Amino acid sequence: MNKVIITVVGKDTVGIIAKVCTYLAKNKINILDISQTIIQEYFNMMMIVEAANATKDLSEIITDLDKIGEGIGVVIKCQREEIFDKMHRI
Amino acid sequence: MINIFEVNETNQMIEKENLDVRTITMGINLLSCASSSLEETKQNIYNKITTLAKNLVATGNEIEKEFGIPIVNKRISITPISLVGQNCCKTPEDYVEIAKTLDKAAHEVGVNFIGGYSAIVSKGMTKSDELLIKSIPMALASTELICSSVNVGSTKTGINMDAVRLLGDIIKETAKLTEDNDSLGCAKFVALCNAPDDNPFMAGAFHGVSEADAIINVGVSGPGVVKYALQNLDNADFEELCETIKKTAFKITRVGQLVAQEASKRLGIPFGIIDLSLAPTPAVGDSVAEILEEIGLQRAGAPGTTAALALLNDQVKKGGVMASSYVGGLSGAFIPVSEDQGMIDAVREGSLTIEKLEAMTCVCSVGLDMIAIPGDTSAETIAGIIADEAAIGMVNQKTTAVRIIPAAGKKAGDVVEFGGLLGYAPIMPVNNFDCSVFVNRKGRIPAPIHSFKN
Repeated sequence: MNKVIITVVGKDTVGIIAKVCTYLAKNKINILDISQTIIQEYFNMMMIVEAANATKDLSEIITDLDKIGEGIGVVIKCQREEIFDKMHRI
Repeated sequence: MINIFEVNETNQMIEKENLDVRTITMGINLLSCASSSLEETKQNIYNKITTLAKNLVATGNEIEKEFGIPIVNKRISITPISLVGQNCCKTPEDYVEIAKTLDKAAHEVGVNFIGGYSAIVSKGMTKSDELLIKSIPMALASTELICSSVNVGSTKTGINMDAVRLLGDIIKETAKLTEDNDSLGCAKFVALCNAPDDNPFMAGAFHGVSEADAIINVGVSGPGVVKYALQNLDNADFEELCETIKKTAFKITRVGQLVAQEASKRLGIPFGIIDLSLAPTPAVGDSVAEILEEIGLQRAGAPGTTAALALLNDQVKKGGVMASSYVGGLSGAFIPVSEDQGMIDAVREGSLTIEKLEAMTCVCSVGLDMIAIPGDTSAETIAGIIADEAAIGMVNQKTTAVRIIPAAGKKAGDVVEFGGLLGYAPIMPVNNFDCSVFVNRKGRIPAPIHSFKN
């Protein structure tokens, strides 16, 4: 599987990265890059991950992360990298 | 590597600016289904559609989830049915039988429209074409997911005025038969000139005879994205305005290209074309009219509208062409009235008339689209409107179309409600001066001089 982009947007709170990273580690998803900003108290994070050895398929990972996001009160999206790559690179 | 700002830009387009892929349309050749027995033809058609398109909807949904981009419609286009049914259909009722089979197959695979209940009669009508055209009102009234079209002219052939005149009656009859649903049947029928073989958009989609056995065509959208991009400009001149539209169109189209390639790979069916169209929806902010307002018009229809639309249409193509390996279909901004909140508002406030819309169709795709007119408009007047639009297409070597709804029992100022993507429309007054002598002449209008390029 190719690279996947995970974005987390929502009100800043303790442990957001920890919860996401724990899930990723448990499912053998490797983090390649993390960047994060806080805009007007809103937490905004992007991760580039490699899910080639993941123990679940992408569709399941998307659903799981969505649920984790709901639990913390943030929106977690997980999308294949190509959509961004195609749009922003020639 | 992709950065956080680029990711946020894409996701903002999707979440706030209504970026979506409007349709994945699978074109299917049904010529191989033709037989001299009606029952056998129906069975062949049903089997071929339900086999080839079995996974179309599921694949579309998968792509939607994995890439996080909404794919609004999954549809099918088929070989014009007048070609498929010519050996087995002896009456209009026989054609209606095929329509019902198509409807059943469409329901079975879960698509939301199937287009190609069509005839190509730009120069002349065969007996089979005529039977199919006569069956259209009944077919649209007795099915749910069928879209129908008739190509009445082309730059190369001129305009078949016999067919144009006949369509005046057909549209009236369709309106009457679907009166209980605000004449909804007419929203699923379009008269075309220079119809493309690979159009993924309804109601004019069909799988032309120049196509392979099956093909994946994708229609992109995104008027909202263009509008928001223009909103961020401050006092821009035309150069900056055009550059912004072009860059935005490029980005939108790249997403369409990705989806098309992915769908083609997963379904094992070749990729045909991307249709670079700005297709509005009734949602606020997803409107072509609002882009025109952003360019500097108080309302769509104000003086300057045709020029602004020409500019918009041209920049969308310039940006989109480089973003896709194959471009085709209709490719241009759509200006349907009922499917665009900004257009509806412009009609209501008296800014937009049928005559201005006709002028606008000279510079964009496709034509007089989703326009509701009074139910007592005569068949001759409707034929006159179709002839005018076909003439614009013929002379300008472009596709034009008429999808007009003479809402049975309603008058100018009333509203028709179709629901969903088809939206709602205020009924527009029509010029009722008589054109019956003109449209009742027999034969065809010859091809224009500039079609002789050999």
